[in-house]
Amino acid sequence: MCVGRRAPSRLAAAAAPIVSVLGALAAGAIVLAASGVNPLAAYGALVSEPFGSAFGWSETLVKAAPLVLTGLAVLLPARMRLWNIGAEGQLQCGAIAAAGVAVFTAAGRSPLAVPSILAAGMAAGAVWCLVPAVLRAVLAVNETITTLLMNYVALLLVDFLIYGPWQDPQGRGFPLSPVLPAPSRLPVLVPGTRIHLGVALALLAVPAVAAILTRTRWGFEIRVIGDNPDAARYAGMDLRRNIILVMAAAGALAGLAGAGEVSAVSGRLQQGLSPGYGYTGIIVAWLARLHPAATVLVAVLLGGLFLGGDALQISLHLPIAIVYMLQGLIFFFVLGGEQLARYGVCFRKRPAAAAEHRA
Amino acid sequence: MSPAAVAVLAAAVRAGTPVLFATLGEIFAERSGVLNLGVEGMMLVGALAGFVTTVRTGHPWLGLLAAAAAGAALSLVHAVLSISLRANQIASGLALTIFGTGLSASLGRSYIGVPAAGFQPFPLPGLGDIPILGPMLFRQDALVYLSYALVAAAWYALYRTRWGLELRAVGERPEAADAMGVDVARVRYGCVAIGGVLAGVGGAYLSTAYTSMWIENMTAGRGWIAVALVIFATWDPLRAVLGAYLFGGVNALQLYLQASGTGLPVYLLLMAPYVFTMVVLVIATRGTVRRRLGTPAALSLSYSRDGG
Repeated sequence: MCVGRRAPSRLAAAAAPIVSVLGALAAGAIVLAASGVNPLAAYGALVSEPFGSAFGWSETLVKAAPLVLTGLAVLLPARMRLWNIGAEGQLQCGAIAAAGVAVFTAAGRSPLAVPSILAAGMAAGAVWCLVPAVLRAVLAVNETITTLLMNYVALLLVDFLIYGPWQDPQGRGFPLSPVLPAPSRLPVLVPGTRIHLGVALALLAVPAVAAILTRTRWGFEIRVIGDNPDAARYAGMDLRRNIILVMAAAGALAGLAGAGEVSAVSGRLQQGLSPGYGYTGIIVAWLARLHPAATVLVAVLLGGLFLGGDALQISLHLPIAIVYMLQGLIFFFVLGGEQLARYGVCFRKRPAAAAEHRA
Repeated sequence: MSPAAVAVLAAAVRAGTPVLFATLGEIFAERSGVLNLGVEGMMLVGALAGFVTTVRTGHPWLGLLAAAAAGAALSLVHAVLSISLRANQIASGLALTIFGTGLSASLGRSYIGVPAAGFQPFPLPGLGDIPILGPMLFRQDALVYLSYALVAAAWYALYRTRWGLELRAVGERPEAADAMGVDVARVRYGCVAIGGVLAGVGGAYLSTAYTSMWIENMTAGRGWIAVALVIFATWDPLRAVLGAYLFGGVNALQLYLQASGTGLPVYLLLMAPYVFTMVVLVIATRGTVRRRLGTPAALSLSYSRDGG
């Protein structure tokens, strides 16, 4: 089998993502059925929980907010052809810094607590991302691997803190930090729901990133470097500076997500703060085809999938890992579907002439 | 040398072996021009398949076969996407890792805490009695011995066979290889499948030899470390041994420090393998950039005859 170039069909391009997601769900149903789960019951819970009620929608938005931010944290460097697979670790560092400022400094109890912890979270995420950024910019070290490896280090750092120096003395030995003081908790914006200030900030980050990319000189440089690094170099653009700036911005976005989660959702530093928002951010960015506005739509879909996964755990006692399995399948099918829509498929045999040379 | 030091060296070989399998496999995939970032996912599914089959049949060798088959099956998904459909190889590999992580954790839940009769160490007659080297290298389990043979076989296949020449050509200049009558796609499919088989075997080593249990996410980033070690090894099987055992050494040392109660916090010791891998990657990158060697020229680039 091979793929051959053909005139791109607008219909195929529009239908491809929808058909791809349906294909992924069909493949997921086969895996579920093979492991003894009724796929219809599972998918029923997976859809009705997040999208079946007003409260469900509000909870979906709470899950979508960190996904928008991690999606943007992947998207921005990807526009420069850099792969930030470290949003998970940057998120965790944002949570660490936010919790640290909230619990252990006077700022955490002051009227300026909320801006302080958000700034701390963004700064920590940026710093965490600067390590791979500087290694890439100065020494040409592959950022894909280093950003990823630092996720493991960040998660161990959380463990170190909550099993060690930051463990709550009143926590009966559980690995939890003390609860964040009330002034450090992000306010709830919609009464009766958990929609908090972080959700609004995530939604504001979308036009902000879009504006940077389309309206500023910095964004122009990012796009030129992404399209044609050689041309950018000849035009006198500073690649190193741009790599470092873009990665720092990406880390700050993921760090903001971590600050929001620890302050508004979990209320303390603990394990399982993120069910993998950083990794899902990669899928968010890709499915959004690196367009900031589209991340909201994808994040709501995948946020709903996380919420549905929680419901599956409770109602059908299924592991949350099913969500990752489905996310992986969706990623596969979207990747394949894009290529099929772009090129179309033809089956052809290898020309005989090429085979003769070999004999 | 003190018995403790010899024990740490032997543990280093054991800890390095799963990474060695995965690194060897990824070397073949990348030498043919296909970057597969799904190693972590393939190792996890291999670990589960090997474990479940060992528990069900009582035969770890059948478990090994199942792990190899599972790794190969997953790698073929990546092959179809990246070779036939020419999708982005980084994205496809990441999808594979996310999928494999979720699949193994979903299917493996009922096997947590189940015991298995895995591979047991046995000394090789004669060789096992050599001082230091004997306990380090020749009082291990069958899979460690298999890894020695595989390193030699990989080196021979890459540098001393026609197929090895062809696959290196495919990874460097696919259009030239094609003009010579080499079926680029076929060679790449084969090499990606070898990568899948060896990642699966590396996973099975973790669940049936290194430990005899299944734990969610038990690879803990070893698949990614293998991808980094491929660069350190400059795509050479012999240097992969050095990288894998260095990683194993750091791992064994931090375990030894944990056990000997030095008071160093466990979670900081556990960071050592990842930090070490980053340091190694920096050193390796400086080396390859300076000497301009190693990286297959067509790595992560799809190939089609019409140039699209």
